[in-house]
Amino acid sequence: MPQLDPSFWPTQIFWLFVTFIPLYVILRRAVLPRITAVLESRQRHIDSDLERAASLKEEAGAVLAEYEKTLAEARERAAAAIKETSDAMAAEAAKRQQAFAQELAEKVKAAEARIAAAREQALGQIATVAVEAAATATEKLIGLQVREEQVRQVVDEVMGGRG
Amino acid sequence: MAGAAGHGGGHSPLVQFEIKEIVPLKLGGIDISFTNSSLMMVIAVALTAGFFLIGMRRGALVPGRWQSAAELTYEFVAGLFRDTVGHEGRRYFPAVFTLFMFILVGNLLGMVPYSFTFTSHIIVTFAMAAVVFVGVTILGFAKHGLHFFSFFVPPGSPVWMWPLLIPIEIISYLSRPISLSVRLFANMLAGHTLLKVIAGFIAMLGVAGVLPLALVVALTGLEILIAFLQAYVFTILTCLYINDALHLH
Repeated sequence: MPQLDPSFWPTQIFWLFVTFIPLYVILRRAVLPRITAVLESRQRHIDSDLERAASLKEEAGAVLAEYEKTLAEARERAAAAIKETSDAMAAEAAKRQQAFAQELAEKVKAAEARIAAAREQALGQIATVAVEAAATATEKLIGLQVREEQVRQVVDEVMGGRG
Repeated sequence: MAGAAGHGGGHSPLVQFEIKEIVPLKLGGIDISFTNSSLMMVIAVALTAGFFLIGMRRGALVPGRWQSAAELTYEFVAGLFRDTVGHEGRRYFPAVFTLFMFILVGNLLGMVPYSFTFTSHIIVTFAMAAVVFVGVTILGFAKHGLHFFSFFVPPGSPVWMWPLLIPIEIISYLSRPISLSVRLFANMLAGHTLLKVIAGFIAMLGVAGVLPLALVVALTGLEILIAFLQAYVFTILTCLYINDALHLH
């Protein structure tokens, strides 16, 4: 077995060290610092990205809350405005209705008074006309001059106080 | 697998493990020739360094394919290290990472036909395990001083059991580099030998050779899994040893 031939041992040990040590130096000085630097910078990048995302999310949440608050306030204000307006309109309507009713009542009263006056006047005229008509008729029929007071008395009797 | 198709059925399946000199070198009378094993180590280092240096070239925030692969490899070993050692042993991570990459790429390179698996040599795996063992022991003494010896006393054991338990603990501690190195070496040796033996049957059986061929294909998949698994096991055991040295029990 060639492995057990000691005449080749020194060269293998020699070349093992001659090759292993430079590899160690290259990996330690050039390769490993580079890999760790790259990995660390990547980790930092990821961390900072995550951090930024979290802060943006927080900001967005705050904006959303603000928006909702504003919206709620606006709703409240709108509801208050609607209520105020409808109250004012209702009050106005009631006031106008009341004024109108009052006016109407006054007009009715005035009209009733006018009607009563007209009726009285009409009745008075009827009596005068009736007295004249009766006097004239009496004169023409029987040629008797009747005194006006007498005729009035009779007419009053006939009309039964309705004159 | 190395050279499976290259040598005839008559060769020993162990031929693939032979060390061949490429550039003969001597240092103070010791043979340190550049061999096929050395070549594969150099290729492994070049591939590993290239993979990471080119992959992380841009260091983009959003990684491309190569950068993603490099990062995933790092994350895998870093996760393993974090779970077993924790933040306290951060300083030793580059060494563990290098160890994992070196063994993994060495194992996988061995799966390329005609290549050579340097992790199939006990001296290589033992050298790595010995460095881990010595390093971890020094770490333990540096951190805990002589208190480190309390590691050999199982907590909660009655005093009269100590004469039995302490030698067992010491032997188990000393056998760590052996089990660590033999596990990797034996897995590589056995897997590659098995592939080579079964591949030998393909030519011998003629038309019926499709059966061992199918088996070789399946075993090649298994060997790739083992190449990864053994690198993982070597690394996680190293992590556990570091954790033991840092926290004793």
